[in-house]
Parts: sequence; C-alpha cells; structure tokens
Amino acid sequence: MHRPHYYDEHDLGRFGEVGENAPELAKKFFDWYGAVFADGALSAREKSLIALAVAHAVQCPYCIDAYSKDALEKGSDLDQMTEAVHVAAAIRGGASLVHGVQMRNKANGISM
Amino acid sequence: MSSPKSLPTLRARGAPLASSEAQRALLRSLPIAREFDDALGSPLRAARIDVMQINVGKLCNQTCRHCHVDAGPDRREVMSRETMQLCLDALARTDIPTVDITGGAPELTPHFRWLVEQVRALGRHVIDRCNLTILETPTHRDLPEFFAQHRVEVVCSLPHYARLSTDRQRGDGVHERSIRALRRLNEVGYGDGRSGLRLVLVTNPVGAFLPGAQASLEAEWKREMKQRHDVSFDALYTITNMPISRYLEWLESSGNLKRYLDALVAAFNPAAARGVMCRSTISIGWDGTLYDCDFNQMLEMPVHASAPRHVRDFDRAALEARTIEIDRHCFGCTAGAGSSCGGATT
Repeated sequence: MHRPHYYDEHDLGRFGEVGENAPELAKKFFDWYGAVFADGALSAREKSLIALAVAHAVQCPYCIDAYSKDALEKGSDLDQMTEAVHVAAAIRGGASLVHGVQMRNKANGISM
Repeated sequence: MSSPKSLPTLRARGAPLASSEAQRALLRSLPIAREFDDALGSPLRAARIDVMQINVGKLCNQTCRHCHVDAGPDRREVMSRETMQLCLDALARTDIPTVDITGGAPELTPHFRWLVEQVRALGRHVIDRCNLTILETPTHRDLPEFFAQHRVEVVCSLPHYARLSTDRQRGDGVHERSIRALRRLNEVGYGDGRSGLRLVLVTNPVGAFLPGAQASLEAEWKREMKQRHDVSFDALYTITNMPISRYLEWLESSGNLKRYLDALVAAFNPAAARGVMCRSTISIGWDGTLYDCDFNQMLEMPVHASAPRHVRDFDRAALEARTIEIDRHCFGCTAGAGSSCGGATT
C-alpha cells in the first residue's frame, strides 16, 4: 500500500484498531483514558487544554488535531488554546535551558 | 482566519443556497453512513404541544455568519397583526402554556410589543429570543423595562464570553454591545436568581464542531461572565449549529460540510431523538404556516399533510397526532447530548 506520508489524518479515526492484537490491554487503556478526561477536580475543559499543550510537547499531530477540536467543543477559544501552547513551549524551552546548568557543571568539572 | 465582516444575506446576494430546495439537495447529495429514518428506526411522532413558537419574521439588525434563517436588514418578511391575531385565537382555544417568539430580531416586527401584551393577557409565559444588540438601538432601548414589566423570559444569543469568538460569528463590535445590553437587563432585575425574571444565554459553536457539555459550560460561563463582565444570568443553553442556510454555505465554502455531516451522523443519540423539541412544539411562520420546528420552517417543510397547515385552521388534537417531517438536517438535533431551543435534550 502506497502511503505518501508517515502521518495520515484518517488514521486518527482508526485508533481503536490498536486493540486488535491485545484487546484486554486496549480496553484497560481506553477505560482509563476515558476516566482521565472526565470532569473531576479539574473540569473536562481544563483537561482538554492540558492535553492540547501536551500534544504540542510530544509533537503528536493526531493529538493536536483531536485536542484542537476537543478544546473548541468544550468551550475554549483560540486565545486560551494559544496560551496553552505557550505553556508547553515554555516548559520545553525551559527544560532545555535548565540543562545548561548540567552543561556548566560538566564543563567546569573538566576545565582548568 | 479572516477578520469578521458583516455579510449580506443569501437572498440579497442571489446566492444559490438562498433556495431551500437547493439547501436540501446539497445535503442529500452527500454520501453518508445512514439516513435519519434508518437511525430512528420508527417514525418520529409528536407527543404534545407545550410550546407555540412564533417566528414573527426574518428582519434583523445583524447578519450572523451562521444564521439558519438567512435573516438580515434587507429581509422584509414580517408577521402582520392579522396573522398574530390568528395565533392568539389559536392560543386562546388551548391551554398551551408557553409562547416562544423568535425571528430575525423579533423586536423589529412592528406589532411585537402588542403580541407580547396579548399573550400575557391570556396568562401564558412568553419567551423572547433576543440578539441583545437590538437593545442598543435608539427605538428599542426601553425593551429591558418592557420585558420586566411583562415578565418575559429573555433568551439571548452569545457565542462566547470572550470577544473574539463572538465577533467572528456575529460581526465586529457585537460582543461589546451584547455585554452592555446584558448589564442593562441585569439592572432591571434579570438574572439575579431571585426576581423570577429569567435570563438565559445561548451559545453555539463558532465553527464546524459540536457544542460542549451544557452543565459543565454553564458553571464556567457563570464564573467568567461575572469576573470578566460583571454579568449574571440564570442558565446557559448549548445549541448545535444546523447545516442549513448561511451556516450551510460556510460549511461548503470552507470545505467542512462532509466532515461536519459525518460528525452529526456518527454522534446520533437515540436518547436525544426522544427529547427533540419538535415533539412538544409547534412552529408558526411569519405568514401563519405551521411547521414542526424553526429549521423545517426555513427549509419550507410544513407539517405533515394529515394535519392543518395554517394557524387559521389550528387543531391541537390533529397536530398532536401528527408525524414529524424529517430530513438529513435532523441529525443536527440528535447529535451528542441533543440540541433544541431549550438547549441539550439529554
């Protein structure tokens, strides 16, 4: 089968197929996944924004598609969604930068 | 996304989808997983009539991008006082408790206030479907007081508590004017939870997606509307955008139509179907024609031929025994938690 790209948006709708060779494990995952996103101490809308931010941090195009739509459906607007992406970006950037201390430790350790 | 600009109506532009036949043909041309009657399994029948919804016309001071009425300033279809009297005569012969007045901007119809007064004189509850900005026009600035005097329930459209989403759908500046109008409704006692002056906000998605969970959104909206705008209200209704008229045109032109219809079909909910508003509502058009709902009205699908089709022949028993007219757009009311003029149906 010719597949022009590694990622195909239609594959998102086929997510359930991952259960075909391990149905019990898949059921555990999807049950847990559903429970995670239900209203709780955090609202479903807040969880959707977290998911959107994480989707950008892990760079999952399926998740970005899914949670862009989900966030809108749960009542978020583009301002809120953009801020969520900035949170992900800040953590990613900060995570790299804070390793600069490790770099400095190593450099200082082996420098005269 | 482009900056929101006011659009002329489909009618004014001579757009192909100004015709209801063209709208239904476009919807029918799409391959979908199953038809609405297959999803239902059995004919949809009316249960009773709790609400007489009167659409008094298509004249409106706004031209929202998603409007299922194709309402706007250029529309001239408005209900005459004679037809209003026929509605009142029908109402007087029944004990239908609620009259739901919609449009267009219903307040722009010349005999709107007279209609409200007459319905109240019959002891019935009145709902006004208000676009809010009409309260900012010089000739209608006293409407909050008029509504309060007649104990009218005010059901207002506001796509989002944030400015950007609202203006994108309804036009530049609409959000700011809507907030001012809501504050004035608050000032005369609406939405404080104690006066009995009920103020409801209606949100519908700004795009090709379904609305969120009503109860969850209501809690957040109450918090945000208070914090951001110092506005209080009683309830939030979430309504699914129906793929007809200007919203249908936008869906098609933006390449979202097939995907949106598929989403509605996939989200068909039998429980939502049991609670759809057409089972407990009769919808009256500006010329007195009877319909199952406001959406069928805009698609020019009158009630089943076995029932009277004009308000002058109003027969509650025959109408309550009618079969509801359905087509593919009906998936809009049965998706997810369901959608009606009263919000989610489940």
